[in-house]
Amino acid sequence: MARIVVITSGKGGVGKTTTSAAIATGLALRGHRTAVIDFDVGLRNLDLIMGCERRVVYDFVNVINGDANLKQALIRDKRVDNLYILPASQTRDKDALTQDGVERVLNELSEDFDFIVCDSPAGIERGALMAAYFADEAIVVTNPEVSSVRDSDRILGILASKTRKVEQGGEPIEGKLLLTRYSAERAERGEMLSIEDVGEILAIELLGVIPESQAVLNASNAGQPVVLDEESDAGQAYQDAVDRFLGEERPLRFVDVPKKGFFGRLFKG
Amino acid sequence: MGIFDYFRQPRQKSASVAKERLQIIVARERAARSGPDYLPAMQQELLQVIRKYVQVDDEAVQMNVDREGDCEVLELNITLPDDKD
Ligand SMILES: Nc1ncnc2c1ncn2[C@@H]1O[C@H](COP(=O)(O)OP(=O)(O)OP(=O)(O)O)[C@@H](O)[C@H]1O
Ligand SMILES: [Mg+2]
Repeated sequence: MARIVVITSGKGGVGKTTTSAAIATGLALRGHRTAVIDFDVGLRNLDLIMGCERRVVYDFVNVINGDANLKQALIRDKRVDNLYILPASQTRDKDALTQDGVERVLNELSEDFDFIVCDSPAGIERGALMAAYFADEAIVVTNPEVSSVRDSDRILGILASKTRKVEQGGEPIEGKLLLTRYSAERAERGEMLSIEDVGEILAIELLGVIPESQAVLNASNAGQPVVLDEESDAGQAYQDAVDRFLGEERPLRFVDVPKKGFFGRLFKG
Repeated sequence: MGIFDYFRQPRQKSASVAKERLQIIVARERAARSGPDYLPAMQQELLQVIRKYVQVDDEAVQMNVDREGDCEVLELNITLPDDKD
C-alpha cells in the first residue's frame, strides 16, 4: 500500500509543482518507489519541471478513460531510479477527473509504489479537491505573504473535512507546512512574515522552510528537480524536508541572516 | 542612535500589520467554517435589529461558536459606537 501525499496550497504560483518534483525525487533518491501525478488538468507543467516533456505520450485522463494503461502512460525518470511521472492531460474538460477514475488509478498505483505524490492545481475546484480527496497526508505549500497564508488556512479546512478518510469516519488530515520563497533578510527587517508568524497563524507542524533562491529558476530552466542541485540552498532545504517527512529530525537551515562584517554592515546595512 | 543605525532606513514593520490582519480574518473564517450554516443569516438579521436602535457598522456584530466539551457555546459580541451624544 502506497502512502498518498497531496502537495496543495489554494493560492496559485506558490511552489506546489516545484515542491512536488523535489519531494518525489527526494523520496526516490532514498530508495522509495515513487510516482508523482500532475492533477493540473489543462495546465500540464510537472513534465517540464521534471524534464520529461518530450516523452509524454499518454496522460492521466487517457488512463482514466481507458485509452491507455498505466504502464504506457507512466514516464520513468532517466536520472533517478524508482521515480515515475504521470502527466496531466491538456484537455479543456475540467470534469475529466472523475472520482471513480482517480480512485481506480490510485488503487492500481498503490500496488506498485511506496509513495504517490499528487501535485494539486491552485484553487479549490474539482482538480484540487480530487488531488486532496484520496490523500493520506498533505504538504501545504505557503509563501510568507497574506493571501497565501489565508488560502492555506482554507485548504486546511478542506483537508479536515473533504477527504475520503474523514468521510469513512477516519482521522482528518492534518497537513504539514512547507514555507517556501522565504527571505530571512526581509523577515528580519520586518518586511515579510516570519516563520514564527506563519506558524502561529496556521498552527500546524512545520515540515520545512525553503529559501527564495535562484537555484529554483535554474532548476526549472534545465528541467532538473532542484534537489538534484546538491550545492544549492533550496536543494538542501528540500532534502531536509524529505528527511523530516520520513520522520528524521533535521535542524532548520538557511533561515538566518548571514552575519556581515564591519564593511558589509557599513555599506549594505 | 548608533552610527550604524544612522545608515539604516527607517523600519516599516509591514509584517506585523500583515500578521494582525491575518489573525483576525483567519479566526473569523475558521469560525464561519465550523459554525452552523444559519450563522451568516442570523448575523445579518441581528445587525438589522440592532440598527433599529443604534447605528453600528457591518463589523459591529461578531459571532463565534466555541466547543466546550460536549457543549456548543455561541458567543455574541456587539460593539456599540463610542460617542454617546
Ligand atoms: N524557493 C523558490 N525560490 C525562487 N523561486 C521559486 C521558489 N519556489 C518556486 N519558485 C518559482 O515560483 C514560480 C511558481 O512555482 P510553481 O510552478 O512550482 O508553483 P505552483 O504552486 O505549482 O503554481 P500553480 O498554482 O500555477 O500550479 C516558478 O517560477 C518557480 O520557479
Ligand atoms: Mg503547479
